[in-house]
Amino acid sequence: MPKLTIDGKEVDAGANLNLIQAAELVGIEIPQYCYHPGLTIVGNCRMCLVEVEKAPKLQIACNTRVAEGMVVHTKSDKARTAQKAVLEFLLINHPIDCPVCDQAGECKLQDYYMDYDQQPSRFPLPEKNHKGKAIDIGSGVMLDQERCILCARCTRFFDEVTKTSELAIFERGDHNRIDINPGQPVNNKYAGNVVDICPVGALTEKEFRFRMRVWYLHRTASVCGGCERGCAIDIHHHRGRIYRFKPRFNPGVNSYWMCDEGRHSFPALQNETRLTSPLVQSKDQLVTEPWGEGIRRAASIIADYRRRYGPNSIAAVVDAQSTNEEAFALKQLMKTAIGSDRIATLSWSPPGASGDDDLLIRANKNPNARGLAALAIPADGLDGLAAAVASGELKMLIAMRADLVRALGEEEFVRRFGALDYMLVLSSDANETCQMANQVWPIAAYPEIDGSFTNFKGRVQRINAAFPPPGAAIAAIEAIARLGHALDGVDRPSSADAVFASMTAAEPAFKGLSLATLGEHGADLAS
Amino acid sequence: MERILTRWLDIPDLRKLDVYVGNGGYKALRKALFDMKPEEIINEVKNSNLRGRGGAAFPTGVKWSFIPKDSKKPVYLCCNADESEPGTFANRYELELDPHGIIEGIAITCRAVGAHIAYTYLRGEFTVQKRILDAAIAEAYASNYLGKNILGSGFDLDVFTHRGAGAYICGEETGLLESLEGKRAYPRNRPPFPAIQGAFGCPTVVNNVETLANVPHIINRGADWYKSIGPEKSPGPKIFCLSGHVNKPGLYELPMGFPLKDLIYDVGGGILDGKALKGVIPGGSSFPIFTAEEAVKVNMDFESVRAAGSLMGTAGVMVMHEDTCMVDALKTIAHFYHHESCGQCTPCREGCGWIEKLVTEIEAGRGKMEDLKVLIDAASNMEGNTICVLADSLSMPVKSFVPKYRDEFEAHIKLGRCPFKDRDGKAGGLSAAAGH
Repeated sequence: MPKLTIDGKEVDAGANLNLIQAAELVGIEIPQYCYHPGLTIVGNCRMCLVEVEKAPKLQIACNTRVAEGMVVHTKSDKARTAQKAVLEFLLINHPIDCPVCDQAGECKLQDYYMDYDQQPSRFPLPEKNHKGKAIDIGSGVMLDQERCILCARCTRFFDEVTKTSELAIFERGDHNRIDINPGQPVNNKYAGNVVDICPVGALTEKEFRFRMRVWYLHRTASVCGGCERGCAIDIHHHRGRIYRFKPRFNPGVNSYWMCDEGRHSFPALQNETRLTSPLVQSKDQLVTEPWGEGIRRAASIIADYRRRYGPNSIAAVVDAQSTNEEAFALKQLMKTAIGSDRIATLSWSPPGASGDDDLLIRANKNPNARGLAALAIPADGLDGLAAAVASGELKMLIAMRADLVRALGEEEFVRRFGALDYMLVLSSDANETCQMANQVWPIAAYPEIDGSFTNFKGRVQRINAAFPPPGAAIAAIEAIARLGHALDGVDRPSSADAVFASMTAAEPAFKGLSLATLGEHGADLAS
Repeated sequence: MERILTRWLDIPDLRKLDVYVGNGGYKALRKALFDMKPEEIINEVKNSNLRGRGGAAFPTGVKWSFIPKDSKKPVYLCCNADESEPGTFANRYELELDPHGIIEGIAITCRAVGAHIAYTYLRGEFTVQKRILDAAIAEAYASNYLGKNILGSGFDLDVFTHRGAGAYICGEETGLLESLEGKRAYPRNRPPFPAIQGAFGCPTVVNNVETLANVPHIINRGADWYKSIGPEKSPGPKIFCLSGHVNKPGLYELPMGFPLKDLIYDVGGGILDGKALKGVIPGGSSFPIFTAEEAVKVNMDFESVRAAGSLMGTAGVMVMHEDTCMVDALKTIAHFYHHESCGQCTPCREGCGWIEKLVTEIEAGRGKMEDLKVLIDAASNMEGNTICVLADSLSMPVKSFVPKYRDEFEAHIKLGRCPFKDRDGKAGGLSAAAGH
């Protein structure tokens, strides 16, 4: 392990680290544009020039490996002069259109100008080079060539990560411009990543443009619910609305990236169809009722069925969109408060959805299919439930997040489950299954709750509540706890941490884990 | 002095194989194949103190010795024939008039470093030169100076020629390698150096045409003979490209260390129209200019030129007499580097254009006094801060022209026009302007 000194601080660095990474270890930020840890090093921006003792010239930190005894100065006069100069060069032909630029507020040109430059322009505005603006390059990405600093992060992403090379640099010198090949727009399921890694406002997202100033956005760490990969994300939100998903680095899951399907999956989480009140079927119509009445009604129906037909007349279907905690809480409720062992998983992906690819996208569009399997909730239990309905043993169904009508088709649903006496549906949205239900409980969507998902490789990752659910909707685990209490008077845990704790005690697969210690990268299942 | 590199002046049709062989050609290759081990070839060239003729003056034998001895990957030689430095035109004639001298140099070098494939990268405009070289290569194959089992030695070598598409940066050795690989000629970060990871990720030697042309002579006549020509640290014959305001511009083969004054006034026949000398760029447009006083004191070898504050580069000697507008000259240089910057590194991409704009404004009489400081600042900030030395190639002229001819720059700014032109913009001269 080489020991070196950066700005007077001793650093014990890994042998393969570059100076940017080594400096990070002791909390020193070396400014950078072209360097990205997920891409090869090109060293073209020259922003990370630092002074290395005994080297004849300033060195770029990104392409300089640590070495024993190296003495590095990132803030010496020479380094500062070079860093300030690079910013001056970068801004010569930059349009300085921050007031109308979506990147403003998260722009490395702005940030570093304040940190390293702060001098008035010495270049007359009318002489700036002009290039293309607001070019729709495809896949929802907009290009402004004048704002571009030619760091080549985007071209490297398409060259190295997706290996599709849709973008290239054309012309030369200060006429250089990023562009698509003529007539070949970007058509790439990962295109949004080039917007993320663009350090300036050259690449922006069509859907996000002009929607929100980024300094109003709050970030909440979460996991994309778009498929069983479970890419780590940050939810960017403001006043209870999600404005965008951004990938969050997780080396064991998604590296720095996410797919565009996942990226654009958030509008479905805040549709007009969101349920805001408990509902009950009355004269062929769903009408609202207070939670208290809904809980009491469901509890008395369950008690009634248990008495008349036995506990196995009641079953539950848990959708693989549910969190580990939701699934475990419902499984426990079925076992302890109802005494039924009838529980099944619905793990359904819409027909025509994208299949597995070599990068991130998975055909199974559920974020927690593996979690339900780890909780031993049978994946093929639906047929058994249908048979029990047919034989008259099964009378009541509790469906959590499971849109059975959409998954099976209305005809098939009616054929299999039409004979049920009673259906309680816990759902975030008013879907077709709700229309068939006797009772509907509005529950929080995953951006609104704490909890965890287990991805297809068994990595358990934490999700966090970004904001409260709409209206009277509550977290599903809270609804389950209240129902349980109404059934047997026992207090059940209703916070995600507490449910997780009982889960690790009861479920061998989750042994040794705790929600608090999952960290930003999550942890693998015990088995 | 005996002409070594420019033997073609004495031997008609040297480019033909039979004439070349009849004049001792490919003797050095036989020696290298049958009488010398690869290490012995490298040592001979090391001892000769031959230094790269492409501009950087790196010791050639040392460069060869960086190639790993036990490389599991193939080793390549790239002959750099992308001659593009303004004021430089020696390689062009070497390719036209002595192609076998280059091929023999390539073959010996390949034997020394263990390469079995050599590429010659020619600048895009070298269409005729490529045809001539290709014909010579075909002749060499036919007589088994190239190909399989050369002259029965068991050594195989294939030589390919590749023509660029017309960018200055393709002459930078790693830009050349990128271009050779079919990519945009963006120079590479070093390390890794080409000797470890060059063409197609394999160990590669990149040598200039003239460097390689020296090799057969060193093998034939030995390092000591070679060192006896010119100063010991940078010895050998050198082809000087003399251009500008001299009576006899052209190519002159002279020993290293030849006085610049004699090159201009004796060999070059003196200044055009008997005018006074104003400045000389000694090594191609990339390097600091000498004033007349400095120029007449310099000897033309790497050490002496460096000691005098410039670099010998490719020995493209550009002479400017008293009627030259130095602002205009710098504008021309700035235009070239602005046009040729690949645009990869920020300081060069933005700085070259900035400098051209500033100098253009000053030349047009629209400059301000503070522009002179900005010019020096921009040039200083480019220098040494980029992947390759193209930025330095404009920085050095700026940082020498401005202080050395500051009165001319200031005259443009004060007069609001070029003092070398009359009010209608027609060329006149400083003396004519003085009357206004």
